[in-house]
Formats: sequence, C-alpha cells, structure tokens
Amino acid sequence: MTALAIGIIIGCCALGAGIAMIAGIGPGIGEGYAVGKACEAIGRQPEAKGAVTSTMIMGCAIAETTGIYALVIAILLIFVAPGRFVDILTKAVRQIP
Amino acid sequence: MQNSIQSRNPDRTTAKKPNKFVDFLLVLMMILPFAGCIALKVLFGNPGKGINVTGAQIYFTVKMPLQDMYITEGTAVSAAVVIALFALVLLLTRGLRRDPDTKRQLVAEFIVEKCDAFVEDNMGRGFLGFSPFVAAVMALSAFSSLSSLLGLYPPTSDISIVAGWAVVSFSLITFYKLRGGAWNYFRGFFEPIPLFAPMNVISELSTPVSMAFRHYGNVLSGYVVSTLVAAGLSSVSAALLRMLPGAIASFPLLRIGIPAVLSIYFDVFSGIMQAFIFAVLTILNVKNGFPEEEYERRMRKKQARRLEREGKKRPEREKNAA
Repeated sequence: MTALAIGIIIGCCALGAGIAMIAGIGPGIGEGYAVGKACEAIGRQPEAKGAVTSTMIMGCAIAETTGIYALVIAILLIFVAPGRFVDILTKAVRQIP
Repeated sequence: MQNSIQSRNPDRTTAKKPNKFVDFLLVLMMILPFAGCIALKVLFGNPGKGINVTGAQIYFTVKMPLQDMYITEGTAVSAAVVIALFALVLLLTRGLRRDPDTKRQLVAEFIVEKCDAFVEDNMGRGFLGFSPFVAAVMALSAFSSLSSLLGLYPPTSDISIVAGWAVVSFSLITFYKLRGGAWNYFRGFFEPIPLFAPMNVISELSTPVSMAFRHYGNVLSGYVVSTLVAAGLSSVSAALLRMLPGAIASFPLLRIGIPAVLSIYFDVFSGIMQAFIFAVLTILNVKNGFPEEEYERRMRKKQARRLEREGKKRPEREKNAA
C-alpha cells in the first residue's frame, strides 16, 4: 500500500513538472516576436545595429524570466519534492497504529 | 580615477620598478583559493555514486541560536572568488603611473573607462559614483558563474547566495527611493487609488525575488542540463563499449569534450549575460526609483532653511521661485 502511495507521489511530481514546463511556450513566442522586430529595425536602420542588438538581448533575457520560473518549479518538483513528500508520508504512516 | 592617479603620482620619469615577488604572491593568492576549493571537493566528495543532481555539498555545520549555519561548497567557492578578485584588483592597480607603460595599467584603465561609460549611459552623470559598485557586482557574478569551468559548484546556482545579492540591491533601491522623503515613499504605495496598495506592495517585493530567481534559474538550468547530458553520454558510451574487455568497457569515452560544447553557452555566455542583466536591473531600478524632482525640491528647501538660520539674506531668485 505504501509502495503504491510512493509511486503515485513520484508519478504526480513528474506530471506536475511536465505541466509546469508548458509555461515555456510564452517566453518562446515572446522572444521570437522580439527578435523579429529587432530584425525589422536593423533592416530599416542598419547603422543602429549595435544598440538594437544589445537592447534586444536585454529584453529577451527579461522575457525569459517566466520560463525560468517554470523551470525552477519543474526542477524542484523532480529533484526535491518527491523526497519531501515521501518523508511526510512515511511519518504519517508511522503515526497510524 | 584620473584624479587619483594624478594626485598619487607626481611628475616622475623614473618610478620604482614594481616588485616581482609581490606580483608572484598576488598571482598565488588568485590561484590558491580555487585549488583549495578543488581539494575540499576531492576530500569531502563522495565518488563512486555516479552522476546525480544534488544541491551544494555541506562541508561543516556551525551551531547557531536560531538556525544552524551551513558552510556549503557554494559558500566556499564564493569566498574563493572574492579573495581571487581582490588579488586581481591589487595586481592590476600596482604601480600606477601618470603615463602608463605597463599592460596591467592599460587593462585597469580600460575596465574603469568602460564601466564609467556604461553607468553614465544608463543613469546619467549624477550617478557616476555607482560605477565601482556595478563593476563589483558584475565581476563577482560573472566569476562566480565562470568558476563552474573549473569543475566547481557555481555559487550562483545556490538560491541563498544570489538572494543575498538581490537583498543588497533591493536595499540600495529602497534607500534611493527614500531620498525623496519617507512620506513620499509611503504615499507611492497608494498611487492611482488606495485600493491598489496590496498590488503595489507585492510588485515592490517581487523585484528582489525576480532578480534572484532569474539569475539562479539560468545558472541552475545550465548545471542540470549539462549534468543530464553528461550522464546520458556516459550510458551511451557504456552501451557502445560493452564488447570490450575489462576496465575499458566502463570508461566514459563520449564524456570527454562533448559536454564542453554545452558549457560554452550555459556557463560562459549565460553566466556573463546574467551578470550584466543583474547589474543593469539594479542600476535601472535605482534610477527609476529615485524621485529626482522631489529630492531637488527638498534640497532647495533645506538649503533655504539653512541660509535663513545663518541669518543670510535669501537670494532674490529663490524668493521669486517660491
């Protein structure tokens, strides 16, 4: 019974990590849009290439933040959460007479 | 910088030659901390368990009243980076002269000029005093991330270390916001309508949290992805070399060199980029949070009050303005 519960915990943690990474879609679209606009700007004004590129990289890095949050949550769910939840479960099981 | 060089070095054509032995000591001071970290890793590490993703290894635990203090690998490497950077700065600024003839002075001047120009572009001349702080943050962050090239645990992939830096920059931002007066700062929370107060508090507190998480997440993701790739490559090479006899079969041939390609992006590019972004976000937040008009108004008022107290006549111009 406990083995089944531990299996459910680990499986659900993996599922949660996968679902959390859906957030990667947003920064992908956003950064692609930003780079496209930067290319347009460079095409229109090639002499401003340096300024446009540095601003774009800066903006991309900031737009990446939400994706990074999702990644951190996914990493925590895979590497940290199962151990913690299993500890809680075994403690609870031990308390039941 | 310019002034300090000139004031410290009067017109001398024959300056004393810098002592080679001290240079050697400083270089040793740059190398030894990292060697010590590698030695600690070898001594305390647990080999034979294969590749697995864990947090920083805890070396010592110091008993503290509220919470035990852990001396982890991240703490050790971060201290090593600080010592090495200090030695680097001492080495670069030895024997400064008015007419530079050594390479190291040219390098030092290049760094200072670039940093000054960067701060001036982003914040304006009034904030030029920020440039040492910005350079320090950038160097600490970049070298911490780059320390993973030596096989050490990068301190920036430990949330507590990056959160410490974020708290420093948050207190700096708040300090500059308070320059416009405490009442002005407090009123800012109820800005469009009082209903927005919780939102404003959350957005204020999210600044350090997002800065810490951005930096830490980027470096940690590189660490995890590199580790997973290395583990995958070792199992692939084990499958390929299975036929061979003896110890050669378990030799991870594919792990040589291939993960280093990933490290160019994850460690070098991403680490330097995040250092730059951390510094830029700090200075932009300080610049945007600083209430310039309010501060100038307060300063003018204070000056006027002081002039009145000193019994001097207020200038005609200021009376008209008031």
